[in-house]
Amino acid sequence: MKLQRSSKLAFVLACFAALAVYPLVAGNFGIDLVTKTMVFAIFALSLELLVGGTGLVCFGQAAFFGIGAYAAVLLSPQDGPASLMWLLPAAALAAALYALVVGALSLRTKGVYFIMVTLAFAQMAYYVVHDTPLGGGTDGIYLTAKPVLGTLLDLDKPLLLYGFTLAALVAVFGFLALLSRSRFGRALAGIRVNEQRMRATGFDTYPYKLAAFTISGAIAGLAGFLFAVKDGFVNPELMSWHFSGAVLIMIILGGIGHLRGALIGAFAFALLQELFRSEALFGGFARHWQLGLGLTIIASVALLPRGLVGVPGQWKERLLGRASRRAEAERVPS
Amino acid sequence: MDLATFLIQCLNSLQYGLLLFLVASGLTLIFGIMGVINLAHGSFYMIGAYMAFALSPVVASFGGGFFAVLGVGVVLAVLLGYALEWAFYSYLYEREHLQQVLMTYGLILVFEELRSLLVGDDVHGVAMPEILSGSFPLGQMMTYPVYRLFISAVCIALALGMYLVFTRTRLGMMIRAGSTNREMVQSLGIDIKFLYRVVFAAGVAIAALAGMVAAPVSSVYPGMGSSVLIICFVVVVIGGIGSIRGALLAALLIGFVDTFGKVLLPQAAGVLVYVLMALILLWKPDGLFKAG
Repeated sequence: MKLQRSSKLAFVLACFAALAVYPLVAGNFGIDLVTKTMVFAIFALSLELLVGGTGLVCFGQAAFFGIGAYAAVLLSPQDGPASLMWLLPAAALAAALYALVVGALSLRTKGVYFIMVTLAFAQMAYYVVHDTPLGGGTDGIYLTAKPVLGTLLDLDKPLLLYGFTLAALVAVFGFLALLSRSRFGRALAGIRVNEQRMRATGFDTYPYKLAAFTISGAIAGLAGFLFAVKDGFVNPELMSWHFSGAVLIMIILGGIGHLRGALIGAFAFALLQELFRSEALFGGFARHWQLGLGLTIIASVALLPRGLVGVPGQWKERLLGRASRRAEAERVPS
Repeated sequence: MDLATFLIQCLNSLQYGLLLFLVASGLTLIFGIMGVINLAHGSFYMIGAYMAFALSPVVASFGGGFFAVLGVGVVLAVLLGYALEWAFYSYLYEREHLQQVLMTYGLILVFEELRSLLVGDDVHGVAMPEILSGSFPLGQMMTYPVYRLFISAVCIALALGMYLVFTRTRLGMMIRAGSTNREMVQSLGIDIKFLYRVVFAAGVAIAALAGMVAAPVSSVYPGMGSSVLIICFVVVVIGGIGSIRGALLAALLIGFVDTFGKVLLPQAAGVLVYVLMALILLWKPDGLFKAG
C-alpha cells in the first residue's frame, strides 16, 4: 500500500517535472498547445472534485469557466494592463459566486436531474452572453492588454504564461490533494459513497456539497481566466454545453476518482485531438479528425472500464490472473 | 396578436411539441427501461433527416414517392438500431452511467463525421410530397401549410400506437415488467436481451421517423442532432425519467413556451426553456410524472 502511494506520487512529480523542462525543447506551437492543455487540466481538476470527489455529476461546468474568462476581459481596464493581483481573484470570485447560487438551487435535486439542472443554469449563462450586448454577443470580445504583476510578470510573453499556468496547475493539484486528505475531503468522499449514511452519522451534507460546488466553480473560473489571458479573446462558445461535455469526457477518459486521472485525461484528450488533426499523418482525412477521436473513445470504453488510470492495475491483474490460473492448473491433477 | 396569428402559433407549438415528443419518447424509453443514458439519440434524428434527403432520389428512381421513402427509412432505422444495440449498447447495461456517456459521446462524433464523409457539410432542402404541399386559409389574411398538420397527425398516431402497445399488448406488458426487474423477467423465461433489442430498435426508428417527417420543414444541416438532443433531455427530465405520459406533457409545454417565447420575447427566447426546466425541477425534483 505504502509503495503504491509513493509510486503514484512519483508519477505525478515526474509529470510536473516533464512539464517544467518541456519549454527547453519545444517551439512556439508546442508551448502554446501545452499551455492550453494545462488550462484544460486545471478545468478538469475542478470537475474531478465534484464528480470523483463528491459524486456530483455537473454538466454545466463550462459556465464557471466562461464566467472566469469573461470576467478577466470585462474587468480589465481599456487603457492599460490590469494587475494580476486583483484581476485573478476577481475572476475566480465571480465564477465562485455564480457557482454558489447555482449550487444552492441545484443541490436540491439528485442524479440525472442534478445533471440537467446544472446544464440548465449553464445554458442560461450561455444565452446571456450570446444574446445580449454585454459581452459582445456572438462575436465575443478581445482583451486589450494582458494582465501583469508589476514589472515582474508580464503574461503577454508566452514563456512566462506557460510558467504561470504550470504553477497554477501544480498549486491546484496540491490544494485538491490536501483537500481530499482533510476532514472536509473525507466528508465529501463519505457523501459520494453513501449520503444517507453520512446524514445518519450526523453530518449535514448540504453545506459540504455546496462548499465543494463553490470551490469547484472558483477553480474552473481560474482556468477560464488563464484561457482568456492566453487567447486574448473570449466568445460564448466557452460556455456551450459541448465544452461542459468535453471536460466531462476528459475526466472519464482519464479515470474518475483520481486527481491524476483528470491530468491524464486532459492531456490524452488534447493529444488525441492533435494526433487525428495532423495533416502530416492523415493528409486530407485530417479534416474528419472527430471520426478517429470518436472511435478511440468507443474503444477506450470497451477496453478500459476504469479509464487510463486503471491501465497498470488491469495489466497487473491480467498477469497475476494468468499466473494464478497456471498455478491452479498445476495443482489440480488432470 | 390577433386570433388568426394566435391560432397559427398554437398549431406551430403543437407541431413542434409533438415532434419533440417523438424523439424524447425513444430517449425516455431507452433510459427508463434499459437505464442507458443515450447521448447519441439526437444522431438518430439527424440520420433520419439525412435519410429523407439521400433516399428520395434513389426511391424516386424506382418510382416511389415521399411515403415510400418513409417506409424504406423506417426499415433501415430498425436495422440500424438492432445492429447498434447488438454491437455497442448491449455492453453498456452493466456499466456505470458515466461510461455510457463516454461511449455514446464517441458515437455522436462517429455519426457526425460519417455524415460529413457521405453527404458533406452543406445545408440541403427536402421536397415535401405534392399532396401535402398546399396550405389552407386561416382568417382573412393568413394561411397554414397542410404539411405541418401532417407532421402533427403522424406524431399523434404514433403516440396513440405506443400507448396501445404499452397498455394493451403482451409485448408492452413484458417491456413494463422488464423495466421494473430485469432478472425476474428473465427467470420467467422471457428473452430479455431480445426484448431490449426490440425496444432499442423501436426507439431508433421513431427518432429517425421524426427526423424524416421534419426534414421538409427544417431542411437538413450539420449539428441538427445535437441541438435536438439537449432539448429532448430537457423534455425527458421535466416529464420524469421513463414516463411516456410525462414526456408528452413536457414536450407540449416546451413546444408552447419556445414558440410563444420567440414571438413575444425574442431576446430571451433561447433561455426560456431552461428557466422553465430549472423552475419545474426546483418545484418537483423528480420531474412531473415519476415513473413507478
